[in-house]
Amino acid sequence: MTLVFVETDESGQVALTSAEALTFARTNASALLQQLPDGAPDTSREVAAPPSGSTEAVVVGPLSEEAVGELSRLGVSRIHHLESADLEAYSATAWAQALVDIAPETGAVLASGTPRGMELMTHVAVRTGERMAANVVAADEEGLLRQVLGGAAFERLQLGGDLQVLTLAGHACNPEETTPTTPEILTHSPESAAEDLRTRVVRTEVETDADNDTSGLTQARAVVGAGRGVGSENGFGEVLELVDHLGGALGVSRVVTGLGWRPHSEQVGQTGSRITPDVYIACGISGAIQHMAGIEGAKTLIAINTDEESTMVQRADYAIIGDLHEVIGAVNEEIRNRRG
Amino acid sequence: MASIPTQASVVVVGAGIVGNSLVHHLAELGWRDIVHVDKGPLPNPGGSTGHASNFIFPVDHSREITDLTLDSVRQYKELGVFTQSGGFEVARTQERMQELRRRMASAKAWGIESHLVTPEEVVEKVPFLDPSVIVGAFWTPTVGVVDSVGAGTIMRESAQNKGALTVSPNTEVTGIDVENGAIARVHTTKGPIETDTILIACGVWSPRIAAMAGAAIPLTPAVHQMISVGPVPQLAEQTGEISFPIVRDMDTFCYERQHGSDMEIGSYAHRAILHEPDEIPSIEAAKLSPTEMPFTDDDFDPQLEQALELMPDVLSNPDVEIRYAINGLLSLTPDGAPILGESPEVQGLWSAAAVWVKEGPGVGRAVAEWMTNGCPEVDVQGADIARFHPHQRTREHVRARTSEAFIKTYGIVHPGEQWNSDRNVRLSPMHAREKELGAVFFEVAGWERPQWYESNAPLLEEFGERVMDRTAEWDSRWWSPIINAEHLALRERAGLVDLSSFVIFDVFGPAALDAVQSIVLAQMDVSIGRVVYTPVLDETGGFRSDLTIMRLAHDRFRVVTGAAHGMVDVKWFADRLPETGTQITELTSSWTTIGLWGPRARDILSQVTNADVSHEGFKFGTARTIEVGSLQVLASRISYVGDLGWELYIPMESGLRLWDVLTEAGTEHGLVPVGLGVYGTTGRIEKGYRAFGAELDSERSVIEVGMARPKVKSQNFVGRDAHLRHREADPKAILCSLTVDDHRSANGEKRYMLGGEPIRSQDGQPLIDGHGHHAFVTSAGSAPSLGKHVLMAFLPPAEAVLGNQLTVVYMEEAYPVTVASIDATPLFDPSNESIRR
Amino acid sequence: MDILVCIKRIPDISGQITLDASGTDIDDSGLGHTTSAHEECAVELAIQTAAATGGKVTVLTLGPAEAVEQLRAAVGVGANDGILIETEDPGAFGPEDIAQVIGDVIRDRAEGGQSFDLVLLGNDAADTGDFQVPIRLAYDLEYPVLTGIQTLSATSGSGGPGAIEAHGIGPAGTEIFSLELPAVIAVQEGGVDPRYPSITGRMKAKKARIAEYAAPEPGAGNPRIGLELPPDTANEVTILGEGPEAAGALVDVLEEIGVIRS
Repeated sequence: MTLVFVETDESGQVALTSAEALTFARTNASALLQQLPDGAPDTSREVAAPPSGSTEAVVVGPLSEEAVGELSRLGVSRIHHLESADLEAYSATAWAQALVDIAPETGAVLASGTPRGMELMTHVAVRTGERMAANVVAADEEGLLRQVLGGAAFERLQLGGDLQVLTLAGHACNPEETTPTTPEILTHSPESAAEDLRTRVVRTEVETDADNDTSGLTQARAVVGAGRGVGSENGFGEVLELVDHLGGALGVSRVVTGLGWRPHSEQVGQTGSRITPDVYIACGISGAIQHMAGIEGAKTLIAINTDEESTMVQRADYAIIGDLHEVIGAVNEEIRNRRG
Repeated sequence: MASIPTQASVVVVGAGIVGNSLVHHLAELGWRDIVHVDKGPLPNPGGSTGHASNFIFPVDHSREITDLTLDSVRQYKELGVFTQSGGFEVARTQERMQELRRRMASAKAWGIESHLVTPEEVVEKVPFLDPSVIVGAFWTPTVGVVDSVGAGTIMRESAQNKGALTVSPNTEVTGIDVENGAIARVHTTKGPIETDTILIACGVWSPRIAAMAGAAIPLTPAVHQMISVGPVPQLAEQTGEISFPIVRDMDTFCYERQHGSDMEIGSYAHRAILHEPDEIPSIEAAKLSPTEMPFTDDDFDPQLEQALELMPDVLSNPDVEIRYAINGLLSLTPDGAPILGESPEVQGLWSAAAVWVKEGPGVGRAVAEWMTNGCPEVDVQGADIARFHPHQRTREHVRARTSEAFIKTYGIVHPGEQWNSDRNVRLSPMHAREKELGAVFFEVAGWERPQWYESNAPLLEEFGERVMDRTAEWDSRWWSPIINAEHLALRERAGLVDLSSFVIFDVFGPAALDAVQSIVLAQMDVSIGRVVYTPVLDETGGFRSDLTIMRLAHDRFRVVTGAAHGMVDVKWFADRLPETGTQITELTSSWTTIGLWGPRARDILSQVTNADVSHEGFKFGTARTIEVGSLQVLASRISYVGDLGWELYIPMESGLRLWDVLTEAGTEHGLVPVGLGVYGTTGRIEKGYRAFGAELDSERSVIEVGMARPKVKSQNFVGRDAHLRHREADPKAILCSLTVDDHRSANGEKRYMLGGEPIRSQDGQPLIDGHGHHAFVTSAGSAPSLGKHVLMAFLPPAEAVLGNQLTVVYMEEAYPVTVASIDATPLFDPSNESIRR
Repeated sequence: MDILVCIKRIPDISGQITLDASGTDIDDSGLGHTTSAHEECAVELAIQTAAATGGKVTVLTLGPAEAVEQLRAAVGVGANDGILIETEDPGAFGPEDIAQVIGDVIRDRAEGGQSFDLVLLGNDAADTGDFQVPIRLAYDLEYPVLTGIQTLSATSGSGGPGAIEAHGIGPAGTEIFSLELPAVIAVQEGGVDPRYPSITGRMKAKKARIAEYAAPEPGAGNPRIGLELPPDTANEVTILGEGPEAAGALVDVLEEIGVIRS
């Protein structure tokens, strides 16, 4: 059995990343279970027949009908619904212990590679005496493959142990629906040990300060990226006008935030936001590994750069070779003209 | 992807300051169909220009480099990218102050305004410098900074605007085809280009590109560490990129240069950190640029401490942060000079490498002229790529010498200073004997040459005061009074000189006479057995060389020239041979040469040979083979020391035997071994013999150096037209010999000039010749036979008057001198009786 | 408050990488070395917190002898001293081993009278990206642990280890935690701007006291079998043109994608 930690958004819908994880669990069930000792599948449960095999979901907190429907279409055979006063506020240890309590003796536990997913899977691994693999992208008979170096390389590894504990890298797998199941819903109301509640969130402050809000960036359909090539703190005029024309968001490289030209919330990359826009326009960004890690999810990549050989141009779908200020100035003018 | 032309008149590789300057000047000189490639993007493709500190201090001890720098500054100013800031070279020690006084001599000699100033005067302009750390400084108001990337762009675009140039960035050279010893085509990542000329101007990568054609550009990438700190409040108050003078902290080998509100600190003080051209990271793998290597903190830490001492107010501020730190790569060569010109290994392969930003545009112009006319207007022969002897092109030699030289970038380098590394590469057959005699070896072109022999120390007593001993440490460094004692022994008895380092080559074949006739000034249609000393001129009538040629047969001429410049001569001749009928073969390693001179030379030689060596039987200026015991010796009766005697040529393997035979025979005649100190300086200077590289260079005419012969031969030769024009015109300068009248300095110690000092009028005014050059000492040395210290200098014709009283400025003190010769007339033995006896 | 910050020497990559001969690590010859962005922020947070509470900052690393450079760099920006746990082969250590080794040194220090109230680490290392060492270390020390923390404020100062308030970005906004010390906290970039060293700082770093330990043999070991580079996806980029003249073509593409606001 593969147990998947599922995150839901404010409206109760299954997060895209969790849908990816569920799809991965379902389509890779046999490969994951082959990693276990003797390659023995967990015969106590129905895993013999992937993809409809046993993928079970854990949802903490409210479980909407919509979510149940979505989990059904993603082939989940059973939903563990955890709801208790102790779990209401997030505490990694308490949540992890609740996961451990329903995890199989042998099998797999996975989550998407979000901050929550990473944290919980590590706690689960420690508490079950297992290893953990972060940012897995594939599983086969030779083991797991996971992203390292922000996606610039892959590490092949074997976890060993009785339980495969891992997180799935973002965009490693496209969510795919399957023949809907009728998931059994098991509700658990665990009580947590006092010790596990020490790291509970005491309060959450919804951002009013735009400087810290990354949601515009991660949800935008169009992101205009700007790098050192902008030249100075005052060089963002053309870029911001283009952002406005596209109703999109500005994303910047780490150099730009490092220089203090823009806030960290606008940073895209390995240590900033990972974005999934329909189009990403990289202006004067050469394409350092750390930055490329954040834009893998962009559907269309457009580069504006003086260096035809730069990584960004080479990886782009479309490119214009030239000075970003000149090119974007002309693009803005063209958009204004076409609008009339 | 943009396509690339399939044909080019020249492919220029590298779009740094040098390559950009070259395409500009080539286009100016009429070149078309130039293709300019760089593997990086524009305007900064990632080479050394991109991280250069971009400041220019015009004064260098080398006139050649100074001329290139001054021309470069002129060009940067025309391009509007030069900002004058002024610059201080500060001294922390008295030893450095002496060096700065010597620097003043160079400034005056090259006509550049500079002043020695007190610590307080430095602080007036650089208020954040701690005056208690320094003892004085050298101020040059014309120091400035340039935008080298901007200059390159303007120059490249000027060539493009002429329709002369296709620029192809992001284009890597992947191979070079050589056919019949000449460039045939250049392969690039964008396709092949048919061309007969490739110009390699890609700095640290140059050896790698040259190697594709099987040629060597012997330089090594080396690290120059640089950090940038900021923001500095004292600097931020000012507007613009630079408002404070640049400070070179000479004793710590560091510089501090303002850049906006930041201060850049660069260092040449760390260990030499060398890299291999093939191991420089690719553009894709480099964090910053390929030539901005990861910084190694440990190497820089001592410099930080020293910088902090000098500028404590600025640098101890905890808000001033180290924001950028690199191990920047630059190019170093084994002798410190750039590598310019056409490779002697592959026809059509040109190099313009190991050039600093301060010389870039000047080098661009010079090399473009060279490629166009065969000779640049300014003399750059010290940088000729053809100068390297085979061992000097090896990796080992390059690494050894650059490691040793790195620390000398700001060091105090004595003009006579010798290398420690990679010695004993070329040893004469007499080497073991010389060592036994306590020879002190100086090295040239790999050859270990005795400069003087400690075994001659007893001569000091014999000659007493006449050896003109020197008490000042600097004047006597790399010098010994034994040199002067050997000189006197030669003049009075006889001396034996090891001349193994001569570069020797034969020009032979049916058309050999026409070939040499067309290359040299002197009449070469002479009888067999004649020895001819002759200038070799370039198209402008300037000196390419001076050398001797023996006519050994109707169809064979043997050329003998100096070690330092000899390889360039070989190429100069080889390039000018007719298509067929002549060949050239280098024999340097086949023959050793022993010089035997002095009034007793004939007595000694006649004792070991049955040949007729009488004045009538063996005339001056002739050569023939004589038997010395069982040895066949090619004896040539000429002299560079101005005394009776012979150069004796013998196969290498028999050199030792000849040396021993002569030594034994000479004992009763008082023969002594004599070092190159006599041969290269004292012997020649009292005879007024000119030396290539000192008095003779491509900017000097035969007339100016007083070597014009009564008639010019009717046959054509390189530079003939120019030479004829020079003969018609009044000379713009005249080479004179001067004697120093009083050596006493202010503190009473006698001082002896070493060369490079300015010559001024009695009241201290500069003397400027018709070229605009300031008068300076080209050679200096003892003339023991005269008991005088003699200087050579080009003077304005009006000052070239016998008996004219002038001054020489040495270490910032003036000494009286008198013009003693205004042509080639020797001060010693003016009628040359000693030679023709 | 005495704070320990655990950092790691990693190659400073930005572009193309190559693997070493063994295929288990990247070829770092010619590369500079640095620490992860998260760790730079952890050091900065530690310095600020120590300054606010009158404490000290010690930096620790498990790595080769050269990793002392990273320790000195941290001292250069304000840490007080360093601990090097030396091993020639840091790649042999898996996350469990690293946590164990660090835990042993912390206990050893405590026995010697130096106890740390707070242990900071980067959220994950930029090279291996394991995301595990902070949590595993916390279990080893039996301390509470937080990850993804961007800012800290000590809520009580001297006298007892006290408590600390920690802020991190959660799904719904900034999450605030309040922890009794001692604790382990994994820091995420974004809350503070790491400072550059000053010259005096760098000179202090040169003279910094670095305690050295020899690393024990790894226990669990590293589950890594090998590294693989992604296939060179020869992407066919369409060059729309050079310079401003290509603007029209770009706007065409954006219109086709449908992202231009009407």
